[in-house]
Amino acid sequence: MQELNKKTAELTSQEKLVINSLQGGFPVCARPFAKVASQIGMDEQSLIDIITNLKDRNIISRFGPLFDIQKIGGNFCLCAISTPPDAWEKTADQLNEMPEVAHNYLRTHEYNLWFVLAIETAGQLTETVAKIEQVTGYPVLALPKEKEYFVGLNFEVQ
Amino acid sequence: MAIDSEKLIAAMQDGLPICPHPYTNLAKQFACTEQEIISAIAELKDTDVLNRFGVIVKHRRLGYNANAMVVWNIDDEHIERLGEKLAAEPSVTLCYQRPRNLPHWPYNLFTMLHGKERSAVIRILDDIRARLSIDSDYDVLFSTRCFKQRGARYF
Repeated sequence: MQELNKKTAELTSQEKLVINSLQGGFPVCARPFAKVASQIGMDEQSLIDIITNLKDRNIISRFGPLFDIQKIGGNFCLCAISTPPDAWEKTADQLNEMPEVAHNYLRTHEYNLWFVLAIETAGQLTETVAKIEQVTGYPVLALPKEKEYFVGLNFEVQ
Repeated sequence: MAIDSEKLIAAMQDGLPICPHPYTNLAKQFACTEQEIISAIAELKDTDVLNRFGVIVKHRRLGYNANAMVVWNIDDEHIERLGEKLAAEPSVTLCYQRPRNLPHWPYNLFTMLHGKERSAVIRILDDIRARLSIDSDYDVLFSTRCFKQRGARYF
């Protein structure tokens, strides 16, 4: 089973500045990097080099937009399964193989496997959940979003 | 020429090129001008389809190793007020209202809290509960493994 790299990365002060300034509010204009660079006292090419390097080192996953997919018809649903404490591995593998499963975490709770389903329409939720229950043999707790309270995502590095 | 917003989103979902003119390639692909691409993106932003734009960080790589889903059983009459207050806390990165599923699941508000270590997350949580005077039941679910974390495929 593949686990993701969790090692803490070493960052220079300029890299920290870029991460702290660029987690939202990127300008939409012809030369966005030039504009941001001037706001944080850098030149365009240095900023581009730093972002490219952070991406190569897997510190940022990508650079670009995040969409609210529900506004254009797509759907996400948080789900949970409760397996016996020593029997989660097979179920986790089964979930990881499903294309509809976007995220999958083991958590400290009786409901120990938490995953996000990405489906195109709300109507597909019932059949996808039924499929997962059939494959895993466990009932699925489906917890669709009723309301999102706005937060500005911001991981500050000091 | 109107740009198909679904096609534009599909073209951007893996990220934008990191170069001086990131919208030039998109303009070529859509056979339009750079300015038309910029206007189409601005429109997605105005209608909140595009809700954030920038670097998407891997928080574990920044040293945020303790990641807790804190779930709350908030009285329905207070949920809107407390949802907004919790979302405004700087340590909270997600705040969602979801249906209870009784008798299995009594919680209706979900928040994500992050810290460098678990004790730090608990300190932050205690501080939030005291300051916002929240005496509702809650539970803390730390993530111990992350198996799969991909950007969502939209189209």
